[in-house]
Amino acid sequence: MIVVKNLHKYFDKLEVLRGIDCHVSEQEVVVVIGPSGSGKSTFLRCLNLLEEPTSGEIFIEGTSITAKETNINILRQEMGMVFQRFNLFPHKTALENITLAPVQVKRLSRSEANEIGHSLLAKVGLRDKADVYPDQLSGGQLQRVAIARALAMKPKVMLFDEPTSALDPEMVGEVLAVMKNLAREGMTMVVVTHEMGFAREVGDRVLFMDEGKIVEEGTPEQIFGNPRNERTRSFLSKIL
Amino acid sequence: MELPLELIWNSLPIILEGALRTLEITLIAISLGFILGLFAGLARLSKKRVVRLLATCYIDFLRGTPLLVQIFMVYFGLPQLLGSFQTFMMDTFHIAQIWESTHINPFVAAIISTSLNSGAYIAEIFRAGVQSIERGQMEAARSLGMTHVQAMRFVILPQAFKRIIPPLGNEFIAMLKDTSLLSVIGFEEMARKGQLIIAQTYKPFHIWLTVAFIYLIMTFAISRLVDYMERRLKAGDDRR
Ligand SMILES: Nc1ncnc2c1ncn2[C@@H]1O[C@H](COP(=O)(O)OP(=O)(O)O)[C@@H](O)[C@H]1O
Ligand SMILES: [Mg+2]
Repeated sequence: MIVVKNLHKYFDKLEVLRGIDCHVSEQEVVVVIGPSGSGKSTFLRCLNLLEEPTSGEIFIEGTSITAKETNINILRQEMGMVFQRFNLFPHKTALENITLAPVQVKRLSRSEANEIGHSLLAKVGLRDKADVYPDQLSGGQLQRVAIARALAMKPKVMLFDEPTSALDPEMVGEVLAVMKNLAREGMTMVVVTHEMGFAREVGDRVLFMDEGKIVEEGTPEQIFGNPRNERTRSFLSKIL
Repeated sequence: MELPLELIWNSLPIILEGALRTLEITLIAISLGFILGLFAGLARLSKKRVVRLLATCYIDFLRGTPLLVQIFMVYFGLPQLLGSFQTFMMDTFHIAQIWESTHINPFVAAIISTSLNSGAYIAEIFRAGVQSIERGQMEAARSLGMTHVQAMRFVILPQAFKRIIPPLGNEFIAMLKDTSLLSVIGFEEMARKGQLIIAQTYKPFHIWLTVAFIYLIMTFAISRLVDYMERRLKAGDDRR
């Protein structure tokens, strides 16, 4: 589904990604962990071209997205993204947040889009919040609306960048529950998170990144139970 | 000193007629300036260097030179330029006269000079407004497959617009006062009306005082109106 070959990313002189190679299969849930500043967000953002890779190639279903001919707006519809800081549109209601892109980008009629919007709100457990503005929602609710918003474009892959890091602890569970559901439904997911419970329960594979490289990868059991790399071990000992 | 109330009373209709023209030209300048400013402000933020450079030239030139000089350039300079252009065309291509007269009437010159001028100031207001919106908003919109233009139109500008109402109000007030400079080209706004009355009555102090007082009423009323709009938008936010 996703193949990444020798991906490099520089910010000016700073080399943030130093040759990433990886693949994600259909319906797979890949969890990315690693210390702050190791390039996890940058890697994720390269996958939907929010950051432009400096060199290397990324294929989504066999199509090179780094090629000049690729229409990035179509690509991005296939790659839903959920941000650490939610980034809901504050001037729009929960429902409008979800329907904006389907109406403007996919040209769905408002009633079609509303129908999708309502069913997605129900799916994330916010059936009664359709007409509420973001500043009346809690962090957990905001993030669930954000997930619904990304799903409204019917993406093939969902990218999550530390979706629960900005949440109060009591709200982490409700967001993870929505993500687990998605995983069970067979959504292909790349998730940057330090929620080990989540990684163990639904993760198929864990990538450990450090200093712009994938240092170690394996099943959750391998990585958390028996990490081989010294840096993985020292990282895990700090966060577990 | 006694106030010649009768004189003031008798001059009032003419002064108020001027006040209406002042208001009219200010409204025109700000409206056209708003459109110009929107485009110039966005151009200033463009990724394309040429576009950015052109916008910067326009904005810096108009903000860095006196409005009075700009008025002169349009009212006296433009006709000369048009005349030379006409002569050139007639000599080179042997075509008939394009314009009977290249003289520009004061109203047209007033519109051109003040709109160009306020466009430059409003461009900076728009630029600051757009830049004040969190980067995550643009990223969220783009990640859903919206184009840059769609993201601006549906996500960034609606939020920026709320924030720029106070500086727009200030620009309106500044322009209202600055239109008095149009008296030098004989555009009959309030200051010009004042001059004309004084030429007949030889009572400069009383007439200028009256004129000043009416400017004050206008600027005060506008600043109240802007405060009110700002409060209402805030209240709207709180309700949410
Ligand atoms: N837009 C940017 N401009 C310059 N440097 C950046 C930018 N984004 C990230 N970086 C740098 O890249 C490195 C990796 O960042 P990031 O991918 O956010 O790491 P992580 O998500 O693992 O914490 C950091 O050193 C960060 O400062
Ligand atoms: Mg990050």
